Amino acid sequence: MRVDGIQNGIVIDHITAGKGMKIYDLLGLKDKEYSVALMINVVSNKMGRKDIIKIDSVMPIDYDVIGYVDPGATVNTIKDGKLVDKAALKLPKKLVNVIRCKNPRCISSQEQELDQIFKLTDEGQQIYRCIYCETAAKQ
Amino acid sequence: MRSLNNILELSVEEIDELIKTALDIIENPGSYSEICKGKKLATLFFEPSTRTRLSFEAAMMELGGNVLGFSEATSSSASKGESVADTSRVVSCYADIIAMRHPKEGAPYVASLNATVPVINAGDGGHNHPTQTLADLLTIYRERGTLNNMTVGFCGDLKFGRTVHSLIQALSRYTGIKVVLISPEELKLPSYVKKDTLSANNIPYEQTNDLESAISQLDILYMTRVQKERFFNEEDYLRLKDSYILDPDKLVTAKKDLVIMHPLPRVNEISVAVDADPRAHYFDQVLNGKYMRMALILMLLGLNREV
Repeated sequence: MRVDGIQNGIVIDHITAGKGMKIYDLLGLKDKEYSVALMINVVSNKMGRKDIIKIDSVMPIDYDVIGYVDPGATVNTIKDGKLVDKAALKLPKKLVNVIRCKNPRCISSQEQELDQIFKLTDEGQQIYRCIYCETAAKQ
Repeated sequence: MRSLNNILELSVEEIDELIKTALDIIENPGSYSEICKGKKLATLFFEPSTRTRLSFEAAMMELGGNVLGFSEATSSSASKGESVADTSRVVSCYADIIAMRHPKEGAPYVASLNATVPVINAGDGGHNHPTQTLADLLTIYRERGTLNNMTVGFCGDLKFGRTVHSLIQALSRYTGIKVVLISPEELKLPSYVKKDTLSANNIPYEQTNDLESAISQLDILYMTRVQKERFFNEEDYLRLKDSYILDPDKLVTAKKDLVIMHPLPRVNEISVAVDADPRAHYFDQVLNGKYMRMALILMLLGLNREV
């Protein structure tokens, strides 16, 4: 299967197979007006299988969202058909309004105007905790 | 400006300083009786807690300060839908320091992010209750003269008991601590506390469901209530409830200088017959809580003295 290259846009590459849809959802790509291609289980020499997202616009990207879901992914920015930026990602120290605290006893469940903020408390285990109630987010 | 949400926000040195101040207050109450003159403590209690609220209010009064506040959410603007953030901003205009109890976890932290005066967490749901832990630490220090080198037994509901988790966290920073966890299977200490606190700090611990066999090795016995509603079926509760009631018979093999503690309120988990035992210190914890709250108020207001 082939999806044409893009002239101006963003390619999120090297996404661990199976995580593309989550990144697509968290970036809110279904609500965008421009073309977006989500490719799942693409054959990769390096990874065996991978997911790729191609966005037909140089939109502002929340790198923290992608880094949280898959720190091994890369974000390539294409302008006039040329690669102008290639960003490697890492686990963000803090997530703001990316995920929601699931603890019904948390103050953020009662006061909806509060930002949903999580901090990385264990880099090795990739554990993020709500800054209010300290409940760990489930990946 | 400093607030207190979690006991671990205080360093070991700061806890030492609070204990020193509390001991000085006990020795020389007169020299502290006007130190907070002109200062006001707001007790914002979004759920009832008679003992903790009275302790904070008594603490401020004994420092010569004044108190204002409310004791349940229905008598506050929260009943009109005001946010914790707005309430704390407004109360900052009236008071010099805030003590907040709230049923939602993290509410005092939200208050501390928005208030312009120090905020003390006076209990937020099942999450933190740092001033109870300060009371516990002073009680242990006054009875043993140190917070190092002891075997501490925690008995009862170790799963949901926030006072247990906080005290384990606080003690994990001292040396020579050994922990014995005594509970029914259903109410064992959560694995994340064992991993993140006990194992991470190399604190040796053992788990048992038998209080009688464990009691002889303990220097401290921290009792908690086994609540019926925590069990999935009544049969299990009935089978287990009496195992975790401390009575004079169970104390026969205990050390002569054991320190028996309980965060209160007690229902039936410590027999009233134990109250007369010189090893019972759960009512001392109440008094020590007031002294530590006095010391904490002074620290957060920047009024503490060299002791």
